[in-house]
Amino acid sequence: MSLLELQNVHTYYGNIHALKGVSITVNEGEVVTLIGSNGAGKSTTLRTISGLLRPRLGEVLFKGKRIDRMPPHDIVQLGIAQSPEGRRIFPRLTVLENLELGAYIHNSNSPEYRRDLERVFDLFPRLRERYTQKGGTLSGGEQQMLAIGRALMTRPSVILLDEPSMGLAPVLVEQIFDIVQEINAQGTTVLLVEQNAHMALAIAHRAYVLQTGMIVLENTAEAVAKDETVQKAYLGLD
Amino acid sequence: MATQSEAGAISAGTRRTTRMLLNQIFGPLLQILYFVIGSAVILGTIVILLAFLLQGTRSDINLLQGTLIILPQVIVDSLVRGFLYAMIALGYTMVYGVLEFINFAHGEIFMVGAFVVAGFGLMLNSAGILGDFPGILFVIISVLLGAAVSGILAVSVERVAYRPLRNSPKLVLLISTIGMSLVLQDLVRIIATSTPLGFNARVLTPDLGSAIRLATLPNPGGNDINVIIDARSMIFILASIVMLIFLNYLVNVTRVGKAMRAVAQDRPTASLMGINVNNIIALTFLVGGALGGAAGVLFGIRVQAINPYVGFLPGLKAFTAAVLGGIGNITGAMVGGIVLGFLEAFVASYLSLFTAGAFAGANYADIAAFSILIIILIFKPEGLLGEATVQKV
Repeated sequence: MSLLELQNVHTYYGNIHALKGVSITVNEGEVVTLIGSNGAGKSTTLRTISGLLRPRLGEVLFKGKRIDRMPPHDIVQLGIAQSPEGRRIFPRLTVLENLELGAYIHNSNSPEYRRDLERVFDLFPRLRERYTQKGGTLSGGEQQMLAIGRALMTRPSVILLDEPSMGLAPVLVEQIFDIVQEINAQGTTVLLVEQNAHMALAIAHRAYVLQTGMIVLENTAEAVAKDETVQKAYLGLD
Repeated sequence: MATQSEAGAISAGTRRTTRMLLNQIFGPLLQILYFVIGSAVILGTIVILLAFLLQGTRSDINLLQGTLIILPQVIVDSLVRGFLYAMIALGYTMVYGVLEFINFAHGEIFMVGAFVVAGFGLMLNSAGILGDFPGILFVIISVLLGAAVSGILAVSVERVAYRPLRNSPKLVLLISTIGMSLVLQDLVRIIATSTPLGFNARVLTPDLGSAIRLATLPNPGGNDINVIIDARSMIFILASIVMLIFLNYLVNVTRVGKAMRAVAQDRPTASLMGINVNNIIALTFLVGGALGGAAGVLFGIRVQAINPYVGFLPGLKAFTAAVLGGIGNITGAMVGGIVLGFLEAFVASYLSLFTAGAFAGANYADIAAFSILIIILIFKPEGLLGEATVQKV
């Protein structure tokens, strides 16, 4: 059964028609990636799912229920977490406070909360070392870890990752992608938006290619990686 | 080894030490204390130096002695003014923190608090029980009452006049706040003039105790100097401190406080954490309004005569205090209020003394306050404790 489904979604920024009938399906347990160049509408798609934007047309379904008219704070409660583009951690709050805010919808005295926190600290040992530090003082890679960790603290069944590799050194990019795979292996479904198509296709099960607000290709990640136009346009191969 | 570090992290990661807690609640107060002492010492030194330099320019009095005699009283006055501005400034800065606009109706929220205590006093008086009412109880009830009325009023104003405009340009919102300010002034004027309160309302209170002598300083040239604080000023300062402690607890320690700080830093991302942003904004207005209302009550009790326009000038000065401390920064607002209060009180008291009455100091206090606003905006727009605005990458 599909966990998350977008059906013919049209989203606008004012008069700008950003998504022109996007349909995406994410099944439970998958890593699905959405690749495309700058301005193709990747982030818009994620923001439409998480409720920060409302589609003018079309439906977003989660576990078969419509969520496209719900405010973001209710959508989080259903089990959809977003690690936003540009990380967007709270710079003047400590690492621990950032993570606590991730768990805002949960009881922070429960054993589940402690288990979640331990899980995040195990995935990102750097955050454990720096938990008293202000978010704004972390390096780019650490901030990305914090953004993903914070999203995991909401205890999601699907996590939306928006360009986790942006602005990071290659070593860190690999580390982040390893962790994304590990998160998936622990049972969380992943919808990954990336410009780094090479890395994204390497870890995803299925892929969609987005171009100027429309899905132009969808297939297994392997097949997409072998597609000629994708190789030319996104993988830099001739 | 691994298990040991893990266990350490669990306790460190999930439990806050008592020390951290105390630091979060009292840290900002300690900072206020530093600024109180700093302002008193610096301004005190300046006036004493000035008195030395100008010694002999006045034949009628001994300038140095005069300066020293009134100094303790000026400091008490500074504290009262400082806490007044600090409490009102918090409302400006908290709203600015979450919505990034200046709520110019906040001075009127403060004024409503003063009218609440006037009304409460009048009611008790007409019931014939005011005289026998315990003073402390009167203060506590009226502060709570004023905080509740002003807090709810602030939330209603936000709901009616600001929320529908949230996505409009900031200028539109600003005009709406000024409009609300006028509406509230005239609303209170209508209510006051059509009730026994009257336009110039008197704040009736039970006996709040007499002045307290804090210390007696020896004065080689004449009578000993008594450092006196009147009961109403004492109440003002103590009640302010209690409320600032409460605010620090709310903002720095509780779950909703964390949500408030998150909303102030990044509204969309806060909503992704499951925070209902509208509720938190309403809560911000409630808390800011309640503090303003409580300050209004204490102000009313102290000055004992109010009218519907008493909120305007303190409101504007508290806004100056908020900018002075760094707009959007809660500790900054408190510190800015204190510093402004000290500067104003010193100018009000010493200017006429030093200029042989050529400048009637009290009238120049306002000029001092707003000159500070201009100087800050030119030279240090981020304020004393504010962070310079950095472009986000």
